Amino acid sequence: MVSFKYVVKDQAGIHARPAGLLVKEVKKTGAKVTLECDGKSAEATKLMAVMAMGVKCGKEITVSVEGDNEAETAKALEEFFKENL
Amino acid sequence: MVICEGKKIFRGVAIGKIKYYTKKVNTVTRKRIEDEQVEFKRYEDARERTIEQLHDLYEKAVKEVGEMNAQIFEVHAMMLEDDDYNDSVSNMICNQKVNAEYAVATTGDNFSEMFANMDDEYFKARSVDVKDVSERVITILNGNDTDSDIGNEPVIIMAEDLAPSETVLMDKDKLLAFVTEKGSSNSHTAILARTMGIPAIIGIKIDESMDGKIGIVDGNTGKFIAEPDDETFEKYNKMLQEEKNQKELLNELKGKDNVTKSGQKIKLYANIGNVSDLALVLKNDAAGIGLFRSEFLYLEKNTFPTEDEQFMVYRQVAETMAGKKVIIRTLDIGADKQADYFNLEHEENPAMGYRAIRICLTRHDIFKTQLRAILRASMFGNISVMYPMIISLDEIMQIKSIMKEVKDELRSEGIPFKDIEEGIMIETPAAAMISDILAKEVDFFSIGTNDLTQYTLAIDRQNANLDSFYNPHHEAVLRFIELVVKNAHEAGIWAGICGELGADMGLTRRFLDMGLDELSVSPGCILPIRKVIRETE
Repeated sequence: MVSFKYVVKDQAGIHARPAGLLVKEVKKTGAKVTLECDGKSAEATKLMAVMAMGVKCGKEITVSVEGDNEAETAKALEEFFKENL
Repeated sequence: MVICEGKKIFRGVAIGKIKYYTKKVNTVTRKRIEDEQVEFKRYEDARERTIEQLHDLYEKAVKEVGEMNAQIFEVHAMMLEDDDYNDSVSNMICNQKVNAEYAVATTGDNFSEMFANMDDEYFKARSVDVKDVSERVITILNGNDTDSDIGNEPVIIMAEDLAPSETVLMDKDKLLAFVTEKGSSNSHTAILARTMGIPAIIGIKIDESMDGKIGIVDGNTGKFIAEPDDETFEKYNKMLQEEKNQKELLNELKGKDNVTKSGQKIKLYANIGNVSDLALVLKNDAAGIGLFRSEFLYLEKNTFPTEDEQFMVYRQVAETMAGKKVIIRTLDIGADKQADYFNLEHEENPAMGYRAIRICLTRHDIFKTQLRAILRASMFGNISVMYPMIISLDEIMQIKSIMKEVKDELRSEGIPFKDIEEGIMIETPAAAMISDILAKEVDFFSIGTNDLTQYTLAIDRQNANLDSFYNPHHEAVLRFIELVVKNAHEAGIWAGICGELGADMGLTRRFLDMGLDELSVSPGCILPIRKVIRETE
């Protein structure tokens, strides 16, 4: 398992649209990706669950990746977060 | 005649027949099914059809209300692709052997409840979206089309609440106004009403017996009148006529430059004092907001507005203006604008008292909260900030050091912001006299002629006994303006007027001669002034 931390910069937090993009992105990789923030966690392929975490701007999330090519996937996702959130 | 008061969402007047609009409520009954595979297939088909519909709706909404407001329909489609949502429906169909309609309704309710219980306003508002999208699936399961048919003549829509998809689906040519009982000023419907420029009021007790009767929606005051008497009808009919005339002027002048016959240009911005004025700004074709009075945030409340509350408002303004300049004036409380919780002492001479920047420079907490909110919102558009009641260079230096602290804090918290333009109001004779010095430290000047006139002439604006002494065109004030513009240009910055004098069409010629770069006036004055400018040699 590979994981990284990311501080959400989007003013509205992980809101509906980027959450939707994230889900699409993660589904493409086929890896098991888990988000964790303030003791709540959700699988990144689940839109409602990700939104239900209610992650606000300035919060630090931990993203864990399990599966083939974990390191590469984690790297790609980190880029995704930087670009979209 | 029935008069109700509600909360105004969008300005304007509408007179017309009331259409009592009820959602085609899908009555869902729980039924036991025999073949769960057939039932699940029914759900899958309906789900796919709904997603298709949502994509069409998205395309329609992009054209009508813009990409930003249309995105919600993409999110709706994504919700239907959510694993948890689909698992819930499928489990209910397969394990409890219930019909697809019931499974969708229950699943929608559960997820909607989940969002409704969250502590963040944004996420709370998503509960309506889950419900809306679930209703849509059920409608298709029931074999109904989903057109929100409102008939063939223009009507005032009266409804308990409206889902975003319902508002978008309605035929715009037939929509005069919205009146709803529920909904919030942050709801999609409110946003859409603003974007479409339709008068709207929320918080009105609706009544089915009003259907088909004549109604008046006064979006300027938040009044809704059913079955008006002749006098009221005439009064509003006249207002409507005036609005129409204004509209004709708009059609004639919209998109045209503020340029004189000899080619001199000047920017025309709008002064506003509340978010509800935004529609007027757009409607009157302002190039930006030259004065956003932030006081309403403080005056409408019983306690200090939080950073988030302010941020949401500034962000909304910046987003609505979509890249056009928005100049936010920091808090100008004191003098004639008082809020109890500031605990300001009674003053003998409040106009010259503890007000505006003087409060901000002694109570840094209040000032910093506002600056943080403004900086955070800067990411969402083209925001500038300006400081009122400046009299000295030292004040500007203090502001700069506070601004730096705020920026450092945001940076260390990883919160993004833009380096926005900072300007000052020139509204004291002191600032006007030393404007050559001040110009070197700021990005622009905006001349507040109301205070500048009262301080220069030593005439209290509120005292009617002084009317005969008061001359708004006093040469002293005009010379001050001329001096300020000259000093601004020498330092390479721009200068504008945001006081009432800016809208004085008897002076437009003179202002052009002085070389003012901008006039910021109330939205309704923009087109008449544009007309004057275009007729000037």
